[in-house]
Amino acid sequence: MIDPKELKYSRDDEWLRYDGDDAYVGITDYAQSELGDLVFVNLPEVGDEVVAGEPFGDVESVKAVADVYSPISGEVLEVNEDILDDASLINSDPYGAWFIKVGNISDTVELISADEYDEYRG
Amino acid sequence: MKLIFEKSIPGRGQDIFPACDVPVALPAEDKLRKAEVHLPEISENEMGRHYTALAKRAHGVNDGFYPLGSCTMKHNPRINEKMANLPGFAKLHPLQPAHTVEGANALIADLEKMLCEITGMDGVTFQPAAGAHGEFTGLLLIKAYHTDRGDTERSEILVPDAAHGTNPASATMAGYKTVVIKSNENGTVDLDDLKAHLGPKTAGLMLTNPNTVGLFDPNIMEITRLVHEAGGLCYYDGANLNAVIGIVRPADIGFDVIHMNLHKTFSTPHGGGGPGSGPCAYKDFLAPFAPGLVCRDGEYARAEKSIGNMTGFYGNFLVMVKAYAYLLTIGKDVHTIAENAVLNANYMQEKLKDLYPIAFDTTCMHEFVIGLDPIYRKTHVSALDVAKALLDYGIHPPTIYFPLIVHEALMIEPTETETKETLDEAIEAFREIYDRIFNAPESVQMAPQTTPVLRLDDTKAAREPHLRYEF
Amino acid sequence: MGTFIPNTKEEQLKMLNEIGYKDFDDLFKVIPAEAKVKGELNLPEGKSEIEVDRAIEGLADKNVIFRSIFRGAGAYNHYVPSAVDAIANKEEFLTAYTPYQAEISQGILQSIFEYQTMIAEIMGMDIANASLYDGASAAAEACWMCKDRKHSTIYVSGAIDERILTVINTYSFGRGSKVVVIPAKDGVTDKDALKAALAEDPAAACFLMQYPNFYGIVEDAEELCQITHDAGAKFIMYAHPLSLGVLKNPGEIGADIAVGEGQPLGLGLEFGGPYLGLLATKQENMRQIPGRLIGETVDTRGDRGFVLTIQAREQHIRREKASSNVCSNEAWCALRAGIYLSTIGPKGFEQVATLCSSKAHYMAAELEKIGMKRCFEGEFWNEFTTTCPDADKLLAALEEKGILGGLKVCCGCCDNDCDTDCILWCCTELNTKEDIDEVIAIAKEVF
Repeated sequence: MIDPKELKYSRDDEWLRYDGDDAYVGITDYAQSELGDLVFVNLPEVGDEVVAGEPFGDVESVKAVADVYSPISGEVLEVNEDILDDASLINSDPYGAWFIKVGNISDTVELISADEYDEYRG
Repeated sequence: MKLIFEKSIPGRGQDIFPACDVPVALPAEDKLRKAEVHLPEISENEMGRHYTALAKRAHGVNDGFYPLGSCTMKHNPRINEKMANLPGFAKLHPLQPAHTVEGANALIADLEKMLCEITGMDGVTFQPAAGAHGEFTGLLLIKAYHTDRGDTERSEILVPDAAHGTNPASATMAGYKTVVIKSNENGTVDLDDLKAHLGPKTAGLMLTNPNTVGLFDPNIMEITRLVHEAGGLCYYDGANLNAVIGIVRPADIGFDVIHMNLHKTFSTPHGGGGPGSGPCAYKDFLAPFAPGLVCRDGEYARAEKSIGNMTGFYGNFLVMVKAYAYLLTIGKDVHTIAENAVLNANYMQEKLKDLYPIAFDTTCMHEFVIGLDPIYRKTHVSALDVAKALLDYGIHPPTIYFPLIVHEALMIEPTETETKETLDEAIEAFREIYDRIFNAPESVQMAPQTTPVLRLDDTKAAREPHLRYEF
Repeated sequence: MGTFIPNTKEEQLKMLNEIGYKDFDDLFKVIPAEAKVKGELNLPEGKSEIEVDRAIEGLADKNVIFRSIFRGAGAYNHYVPSAVDAIANKEEFLTAYTPYQAEISQGILQSIFEYQTMIAEIMGMDIANASLYDGASAAAEACWMCKDRKHSTIYVSGAIDERILTVINTYSFGRGSKVVVIPAKDGVTDKDALKAALAEDPAAACFLMQYPNFYGIVEDAEELCQITHDAGAKFIMYAHPLSLGVLKNPGEIGADIAVGEGQPLGLGLEFGGPYLGLLATKQENMRQIPGRLIGETVDTRGDRGFVLTIQAREQHIRREKASSNVCSNEAWCALRAGIYLSTIGPKGFEQVATLCSSKAHYMAAELEKIGMKRCFEGEFWNEFTTTCPDADKLLAALEEKGILGGLKVCCGCCDNDCDTDCILWCCTELNTKEDIDEVIAIAKEVF
């Protein structure tokens, strides 16, 4: 899969899609393929604060669990109920299956472009 | 194979209960159940066949070699079972007057004495029902000790990265933050990392020794000394006690509290996942915090600052009877257990190391770890595949993917109750599988082929959970 | 002298030499000398099987087996059908490990799947786990399931068995949660006190009641459930599993979690253990369940099979983030419960519960005739408390005749200003009318 050019990436394998002043956060194709078949995700609640570089949730495969790190600091505006119901969406469409929408963004980790990310994980 | 519910026919059943010899009397109508309850309706013969068919689809120690690392699947002596089934134990109500259970309490007291001698500790509580439960108990003793001294800043438990998953989980249950200590290149505790994390917040250290890669930590005395110097206590995870029983006593090497698994070291059966028993032994200064009622001199009493109770009564008493029968049998020769457990492990390790990469190639204790990663990278045959291939040889696979510090780990613990011939056959199976990994890898990846079911879809089970039969 | 090590000394030495060690000392030189035991351990000489048998039978003989038991209070003397022992003692069940290797463990896995179904059925809940250590620890785990970031206080009825409360308190000491006991009034939970307490506490996580409660009374569970739910907390019922043969089950009442002591389901009294922790709940709480879960799936041929599932909740994967450290269940005890419930079936389930109730009501009426009145009025099932002029005297007289009488308790019926003793009696299907009449006759003689 090609990592979409319009997105920003973190070195913890999350992507960021800006939507005005807010942003959607998900995990990259590389991350989902490393984790294997996902069976469940744990997400924060709307209104929670997330902190750049800190875990905000986790993803479960059959035999492993991995933290998902927030690339930005801010407030959770929405969570994706669809992936709570069906985590396999993250495997099948990693760049469509966003985890959370964040507003009041105050800080970010170092973000890189799609090309830089491809090189980093290539 | 059908579920028992699928064999049920309405109106069938078994006659167990007599007619009521007093007037039938029930609570008031509004208290009574209206909902239907589905339970099997089946004759004794059909039920017997159902469970016999299930038994044939299970694998116990008597079905074959069971080198499941960290689990000590040794022979379960029959005398243990016979003793536990004696009516004089099995029919005792836990709240009988003390003078009517003198034999049971004498057994508990004697077992405590023997376990104290084996561990070097001063007292034992039998409250915990399993190993993890024993860990939780031990940590609560540590917490009660610090709290009692008014030392409330100690909020961290140090746990090596190779530790059993129960260690950090138990620390969390006890309200502690887990601080992970790195292993060094030899697979044992990295002293510098330990020192860097010790401090006024250290409540204690949890350590398995020999550790989960089967190595005895050569710095053990230094480790426990450092933890004590920092004001922490040392917890010994007794899961691997079989390696050192009669040779090393946890108290002598600086530990303050330990749990033992009677269902590992002391030969009581695992029952397909319980009941076990995880007694917790401690030094005198922790005795005031011990849980549970204990009968001493005919009176039940509780320690003065007891943490409470871990189980409703006195722990898994019948499991204690089995362990007691075992210890009476072995007596002072307990060291022969460790000697032969360690010999059998080293024998297998030595006979496999020319083919399989040993994670830490040195004299191991009662178990050793193969790190299959280099082979996996070459052949895409994984630790899981090797485990599954062993099934077709009638061998229960080793523990796989643990410890986490070894990639593609296979952890092998033969135990002392296996013969040289059994070890040789297993070695031969491993060597044959090695050959197949390179010459017919797909045959390993497709294994097993001879089992009642083939590989099962774990992902489907987790994504679409069906946890019960729907009527 | 006894040993279970098969290899002879000569074989051991040969193996040692073959892999390059002189002897055992050489093998164990990796252990620092200062760490080793000096000399011999102070343990007795080992024994032959006959000697072990004799020694332990000697201890067993020192215990008193009562021929007639009227004591419950958490451990119940029910009949164990012959099939339970015969089947459960099969070595494949007894000596297997936790069924990690599904392909060769279908027997264990299926038996637990069937058990999960039966427990969910009798509790009237959606799902059950593979079992926990015992009833009291299951209660403590259930309370923890209800905690989240906004709800942390655990409320417990004062009419529960003190042993359950002690275990909940002990677990809470570790986890740092607050436990509040709602006092009992007239032998039942004080509803007004519960309502008031929950109203003032937005952090209330759950309320746990026992059913029937410690004094044997079948409380108004529906109203307690309503009060709890109105306050936004979860309702936990600690139920005697056999009572549900006749009593409304937790599902009908609306409970979020049902727990209980599974010992009455085919396990003996066993001096307190091993017992069996039951835990069932609604589907929506699935991911908060502690311990093992068995799920159905298919193999590569498409055939049905069973596996340990949703394991990412558990300690071996989630480590310090796991909500419980439980790894063993009480699989063998759960197997016994499954065989027991299959043996008695739906008809026997109702029958045994009816027998217990009928005998208890008969005994209560007979005791009342000789002046030992029930302490409380509420509906009851198998247990009840009565007054007694001198409990020690009566119990001693019964003991002399091989009868274990009820348990002397302080039930608070006289506001702790006791001018009389109280006894908690229990009847099961094993107490015949003659047994009960004998107790009454002895009581008449004593007083």
